[in-house]
Amino acid sequence: MSAREKILQQIKLNKPAETQLPARISFESHYENTEIKFTETLAAVYTEVIVVASYDELRKKAFEMYADVVNRATTIPALADWSDFSLNISDPHDLEMIEVAILEAEFGVAENGAIWISDNHLPHRALPFITQNLAFVIPRNKIVNNMHDAYKILADTTGWGCFISGPSKTADIEQSLVIGAHGARSLVVFLLEEE
Amino acid sequence: MSTVTKDHAGASEVFNEDEPYVNWHDETLWFVRTKRDKSSKQLPEWEELRESASQIKHYVLSHMDGLLQTFEQKAKENGIHVHWASDGPEHNEIVLGLLKQHNIDKMVKSKSMLTEECHMNEFLIKNGIDVIDSDLGERIVQLRNEPPSHIVLPAIHLKKKDIGDLFHEHLGTEAGATDPQYLTEAARQHLRDKFLTRRAALTGVNFAVAETGSFVVSTNEGNADMGAHLADIHIASMGFEKIIPKQEHLGVFLRLLARSATGQPITTYSSHFKTPREGQEMHLIIVDNGRSTQLGREDFRNSLKCIRCGACMNTCPVYRRSGGHSYHNAVAGPIGSILAPNLDMTKNADLPFASTLCGSCSNVCPVKIDIHDQLYKWRQVLVKGGHVPKGKEIGIKAMSMVLSQPRFYQWSGKLGRSVMRAMPFVVNNSLNPWYKQRDMPEPPQESFRDWYVRNRRE
Repeated sequence: MSAREKILQQIKLNKPAETQLPARISFESHYENTEIKFTETLAAVYTEVIVVASYDELRKKAFEMYADVVNRATTIPALADWSDFSLNISDPHDLEMIEVAILEAEFGVAENGAIWISDNHLPHRALPFITQNLAFVIPRNKIVNNMHDAYKILADTTGWGCFISGPSKTADIEQSLVIGAHGARSLVVFLLEEE
Repeated sequence: MSTVTKDHAGASEVFNEDEPYVNWHDETLWFVRTKRDKSSKQLPEWEELRESASQIKHYVLSHMDGLLQTFEQKAKENGIHVHWASDGPEHNEIVLGLLKQHNIDKMVKSKSMLTEECHMNEFLIKNGIDVIDSDLGERIVQLRNEPPSHIVLPAIHLKKKDIGDLFHEHLGTEAGATDPQYLTEAARQHLRDKFLTRRAALTGVNFAVAETGSFVVSTNEGNADMGAHLADIHIASMGFEKIIPKQEHLGVFLRLLARSATGQPITTYSSHFKTPREGQEMHLIIVDNGRSTQLGREDFRNSLKCIRCGACMNTCPVYRRSGGHSYHNAVAGPIGSILAPNLDMTKNADLPFASTLCGSCSNVCPVKIDIHDQLYKWRQVLVKGGHVPKGKEIGIKAMSMVLSQPRFYQWSGKLGRSVMRAMPFVVNNSLNPWYKQRDMPEPPQESFRDWYVRNRRE
């Protein structure tokens, strides 16, 4: 008998009497202002949230904030002339040089500051992790209250997707918080007003 | 790996030799527990969330075979290769086979308590595979040739000086350096090189979703993603109890997990893997290793609901004052003590006794496992099965004889009090385990019963 059959047979024999799923698996969160909650939650994990009115303003900000940085990558067409690092490569190891990446993401979650990014908007899954510094751009009107609301949007996911909340961090040395463990050393979130 | 031969009480005695250190360990973990309290209290629906999570997990236990088959089918449709392993050795052989098939002799690994349970690293290293743990805490204990002492905080038993010395020896950091920022940066550089050169990555699994055939891996460091997205082959290992029915259930579990673990509203990264990236191979190993047996133990099956947050460890007065290594099991603390006897009753008979039965573990558990009740029930099973040392068994029998005979109880109490008064050295010596780390109390002049009888008369 294969391991699979053995395990399944043993489970069938040993499992408890069938129970039903709970009636309540979704709860509502109420915030006076969802965007303020989102911004405060991200501030607590060392992440700045910046509202920009248009792609033009985003572009201006990008030039301003990352003036001295080389190896800038982006997935946003409006920032094409800002970037100096082409993502048109086949081996993700080549992304190792990237200093900052400004990436299109899908939506944010106010209760925990998580931002959903997926294969839908990414040429390389490694990109948000391997870049030294990271910035997301999400539409300003796409912030949901909590994770239950988030999974209503994510009825099905693409091949890969991730909630990212803040820069990479660790507290493995005597519980001292250190930012920049393996992934990005900093995160900035742009809320874009323009449709 | 260092082998621990002492039982929990023996190992705790060694751990307790350095009192300031024990106090520091105790306070550090209590600090994590208070962060959990603060965070959970911000959600008015916290208790309802726990109940909901517990019921979803109960549904999972009662539909396990069906859910696993649905998951397998969906995962295969997604292009994931699914393997099944009855026990640790089978799991390890599957991993080794996959690496050999691809001519890979170096692998990077992110946190997986399952591979600790299966002793995979030792096996692979013996077979010529270089395995690098990439979680900072796990890398630290790996360099020290130790197992993790906590499932979420693997190096919580170490002071920064220990880590500074270790990194000086292995990573060439400056002698005497103890700044966590500096030490973490050194590890970042050291491990980045490993991420960039390893062709295989192994990760654990926090949740596997039957409905979509996908799985979720949570980290704060980003190490699971760094490994998986750069490697040619991604192997994910999961105990079969990690399955949940639907993707929307992640809403419940991801809200509970990090808040219970460290007080964070969510981990920095919650990565959802559904298909391999183009040109990559993705393998998933579903492991039993005693879980199907535990599923059949009515009193103990709820332990399989565990989502490995570590809250029961942080709150446990015994764990905080004895350290994870005293439990000589991959998973330490209260939850480890109800999982371990299922794996080996003789070897782990001491663990359910490593508790005050105060119930704090059950109160903080995000999936409402009746941990302290199970600890109590394991004691009955282990004594009946003859797995506890004779000394303890005789003690329990003597206690039961005294307590079941009121007159004998009164007489022996009186005798004990006068002996303690007249000859304190009889109890205040190292032969009496109650005397360790504390003085025996002054014996009272009269028992409660004597006092009660006297007052009734007056």
